[in-house]
Amino acid sequence: MLDYYSLILAIFVGIAAGYLGSLMVLEKMALVGDALSHVALPGLAIGITLNFNPYIGAFAFLFSSAVIIWQIQRVTKISFEALVGAMFTLALAIGILLYGDNLDALEAAFFGDISEVTMINAVVAIGVCVAAVVITKVIYDKLVLAMISEDLAIAKGIRVARINLIYLFLVSIVVAISIQIVGTLLVGFLVIVPAIAAKNLSTYMKRYSLLSSLFGAIAGFVGVLLWGVFNFNLPFPGPMVVFVGIVIFAITVVVNWRLKITT
Amino acid sequence: MADENGYILKVSNLGVRLQNQTLLENISFNVRKGTTLAILGPNGAGKTVLLRTLLNLIPHTGTIDWTEKVKIGYVPQYVTVSDVPMSVKEFLSIGNGGISVREALNLVKLQEKEVANKRLGVLSGGQLRRVLIAWALKEKPDVLLLDEPTTGVDMDSEEPIYLMLNEIKKTNKITILLITHNIHIIEEYTDDLLAINKCITYCGPSQQIGKPETQRVIYGEPVCVETLRGEA
Repeated sequence: MLDYYSLILAIFVGIAAGYLGSLMVLEKMALVGDALSHVALPGLAIGITLNFNPYIGAFAFLFSSAVIIWQIQRVTKISFEALVGAMFTLALAIGILLYGDNLDALEAAFFGDISEVTMINAVVAIGVCVAAVVITKVIYDKLVLAMISEDLAIAKGIRVARINLIYLFLVSIVVAISIQIVGTLLVGFLVIVPAIAAKNLSTYMKRYSLLSSLFGAIAGFVGVLLWGVFNFNLPFPGPMVVFVGIVIFAITVVVNWRLKITT
Repeated sequence: MADENGYILKVSNLGVRLQNQTLLENISFNVRKGTTLAILGPNGAGKTVLLRTLLNLIPHTGTIDWTEKVKIGYVPQYVTVSDVPMSVKEFLSIGNGGISVREALNLVKLQEKEVANKRLGVLSGGQLRRVLIAWALKEKPDVLLLDEPTTGVDMDSEEPIYLMLNEIKKTNKITILLITHNIHIIEEYTDDLLAINKCITYCGPSQQIGKPETQRVIYGEPVCVETLRGEA
């Protein structure tokens, strides 16, 4: 059943995933965000098995994997994507082993389980989403500058390694929360699609990050609402969120093509 | 201190070793306030490493002695802007303080109306270099470090950029250190020349670059390839 607080949570998750995702797409790490989300599986499983909030387990796994990958990348210079790919499949294997024959729980982890969202749960998650957006806003320009030229950023006194780590931390939190709405398999969508739709319509940064958050919010809200009203015999709203997002993306492609915004 | 006798920078016995490879060794030179120093050398000679070391981005041995409270503006050779939906105005507004976007663009002879709302990725090579120089000038630096400031610029637009830099240097009393391969530019627009190839191969007035004996020192003795008639 659809509760109002699930709907409000979907809006905030959409805003946070869209906003943080706009940076991930620029960093050419879109697929990293997607693959990283699957790393949450063992954390969710451990949470369920040991009877604590599985999303805290998901976050712990996401962040520690992100830090391990980040460190290996710094030492070996192997590409981030390749390392995330390796970590993702390993996590998937461990996750499925841990779930064993608990297929219902595995399905909820893959596709989200909005029925588990309690009011307190939603309030905490919304608070965390708002905090993640606010902190990201503070470091947004610095991250973009480091993307344009790391030397330029360091010469400007920006501690690039530190802000990258903060960003990874925030991404891990937002992905862990987003899993509740769309599940580990579809969370990459919320990070990628609002951002690329926004990019279709943007020639400057402010509009880009704002539209990305807005499209994330619309996809989350309308997707969950449609699922709540029509149900579609689906036990989870994730696929509807994806469909709404794809419609937004398609519209932006047509608008960009007709108005030649980015060329 | 480095400002004794009008020097803004004194480098002494500078060395850089990374992963068991010597990138720079025994580099010593001084830079006078308000002058332009050209840095020249073949590919892999350590020119960019030298600039990055002067910015304290690379661990090194020896001493780098800038005058107290020196402000350094830096223009790197490569930037990634093609994919970033950021306007010129937004780029020049990153960070606090300094001169306004309009003033910065005026300094590099770009019209605010024409470029401020353009995306960085659609600028021409020359416009992008000027915007990067404007960025470096925003906080009123005492020194500009430029790594091949005309990378990606067509030949006709190269000289106007150096002319502009010369003007900025005179009106704002700043010191410039730049990497270039262009001998004409070195002769016309710089005061001193530092040629390196891991170590210093020449250090002296730029005017000397035209002399064959200086070129022999910098580029080494010519090596001629013998070819038989018809095989060339």
